[in-house]
Amino acid sequence: MTRAPRQIVARGAVLAVLSLAPAIPAGASEFGDVEKGAELWKKCRPCHQIGEDARNRIGPNLNFIFGRKAAEVEEFKYSKAMGQAREEGLVWTLETLDAFIEEPKSVVPGTKMRFLGLSDANERADVLAWLRENSDNPRDIPEAAPTAVGTDHNVAPEILAIVGDPEYGEYLSSECLTCHRADGEMEGIPSVTGWPAEDFVIAMHAYKDKARDHPVMQMMAGRLSNEEIAAIAAYFAELGG
Amino acid sequence: MKRDRRHFLGATAALTATLAAPTVWGQGSGRPKVVVIGGGAGGATAARYIAKDSDGGIDVTLVEPSRDFYTCFFSNLVIGGFREMASIRHSYGKLASEFGVNVVHDWAIGIDRDAKTVTLAGGAVLPYDRLVVSPGIDFVQGSVPGWDVSAQHAMPHAYKAGSQTELLKHQIEAMPEGGLFCMIAPPNPFRCPPGPYERISMVAHVLKERNPTAKILVADPKEKFSKQALFEDGWETHYGGMIERLGPDFGGGNVSVDPAAMTVDIDGEVNEVAVCNVIPKQKAGRIAELAGLADETGFCPVVPATMQSRMDENIHVLGDATNQGDMPKSGFAANSQAKVAAMAIRGALTGSKVFPAKFTNTCWSLISPENGIKVGATYEATEDKIAKVDGFISQLGEDADQRMETFVESVGWYSGITTDMFG
Repeated sequence: MTRAPRQIVARGAVLAVLSLAPAIPAGASEFGDVEKGAELWKKCRPCHQIGEDARNRIGPNLNFIFGRKAAEVEEFKYSKAMGQAREEGLVWTLETLDAFIEEPKSVVPGTKMRFLGLSDANERADVLAWLRENSDNPRDIPEAAPTAVGTDHNVAPEILAIVGDPEYGEYLSSECLTCHRADGEMEGIPSVTGWPAEDFVIAMHAYKDKARDHPVMQMMAGRLSNEEIAAIAAYFAELGG
Repeated sequence: MKRDRRHFLGATAALTATLAAPTVWGQGSGRPKVVVIGGGAGGATAARYIAKDSDGGIDVTLVEPSRDFYTCFFSNLVIGGFREMASIRHSYGKLASEFGVNVVHDWAIGIDRDAKTVTLAGGAVLPYDRLVVSPGIDFVQGSVPGWDVSAQHAMPHAYKAGSQTELLKHQIEAMPEGGLFCMIAPPNPFRCPPGPYERISMVAHVLKERNPTAKILVADPKEKFSKQALFEDGWETHYGGMIERLGPDFGGGNVSVDPAAMTVDIDGEVNEVAVCNVIPKQKAGRIAELAGLADETGFCPVVPATMQSRMDENIHVLGDATNQGDMPKSGFAANSQAKVAAMAIRGALTGSKVFPAKFTNTCWSLISPENGIKVGATYEATEDKIAKVDGFISQLGEDADQRMETFVESVGWYSGITTDMFG
């Protein structure tokens, strides 16, 4: 970090007050704790990227999210519902983001976003603080931005180049589906449905090489061959399509 | 439909003798037929995967007596007050409506392995090309002297979830101040190795809140049990002084009960108990035994690569009823085995591609609020048995965040596996 987070939060708060003062609900009048927000971002990052080089993944990239119209990111395929929300004038502000993160389906019924929501107002404030810091000025974010976490593992190009067999992947995936729901709904276990295949392969190899620490996933990935990982990745990418 | 059953049975045998596949029952009769006995983690998963992955190419009938199915997993959390009964209740509507499974609520009372038919208590006879037997467990009669099924109201087992779960929960909550809760723990092998000990944790949690001078006594015929160090550490930390466990060295294996007097005799010492949870010795579900699928262990030996019975290649046995090797008797394991069997059955009946069998298990347990632990392993099929490849277990001394994460993960798993079973 090249800047003190607190300063940025304060700046963000001022901006928010200036632009949104009349509309801010009581619970969202202040940004929360950026560091806590960074922890909570783990819930978002399976689907969203933010910061330098952020791309659209399962969800759109979240750069410049504040003040952006709904369904604004080019080349991202939004749900019909989100397109409709845009028509109806939905703009992402502190207030609307707070409501959306609390319960996505109540703000935009029919959204593709499967996240059930954060009921704790303080946690939402923390996430918003983190989003604010990282989305307003992505050019200023140092290279080791938090977004790098999902795809930071080095996987040899020849492994990434393996073309997975989705039929084999379908059988292998049945092991995953004991915990990860095929429909992409998630309660305490993240969705893997609709992941871009390359992200999936990198994440699985990170577990296999024990660069990511989760004992169940290390065990599951540990006995999968490179071809098997590619097959599962191909299947789950297709499943979300 | 009324028919003379004797005649009906005779006709079935004659037909199957002359035709490659029985063809007289109902629509879609040209399709190969799979009958699945038991709608738990093994049977429901097998029925769903066979129907789903064959795209209607296989006629799947699921025979399960219960219209409402209560999962054994997470039923301890109901006892502890962490889940509602309704949250562990599931029905078979989606298997029927979305996956085309013919769901029959009836008891399978006989399997004719020569005729390849299953007879139901209601009188129907179902022909099959492949049969999946996933009946869970039954109790070994007389294994706890003084206890039988007629005593299960006075001394519940609560080891098949539903009314028994509610009964035991109610009895614990109604215990007199300072009363004694006793558990008669089962010998190996039994359903859900951490189950009795998670239950003790949940009972302790309830009593700590409502009745802190009450005591818990566990009579256990086993030296060791799953996740023992983790449970004992948790009991000491959260329920210090409340729980006493008598292993075999202290007479825990020499027990009889008197349900009328509400007493438990442990190695000659008689204890008056307020609540007694008797978990008897277990064997494969009765229907498997009747069909001659069980061996001297009381469970059903299987070929690991396909889950085929070693007694009959047209029958696949799943889950708690099997004698398969290293996997525990858990819902997760049954679900995992069901997928291997489903693939093998589709391969045999429709020629679909068959891949090497892989098995997995993870068992989560709750010790106290938000304090979850887990143990898991992966397995492979060898000639002799399903053999453990690699595993992990929660560690002593994990911080509260880690334990919370494990608990949250278990909630996610519950949602995952029940969706995987019931659609």
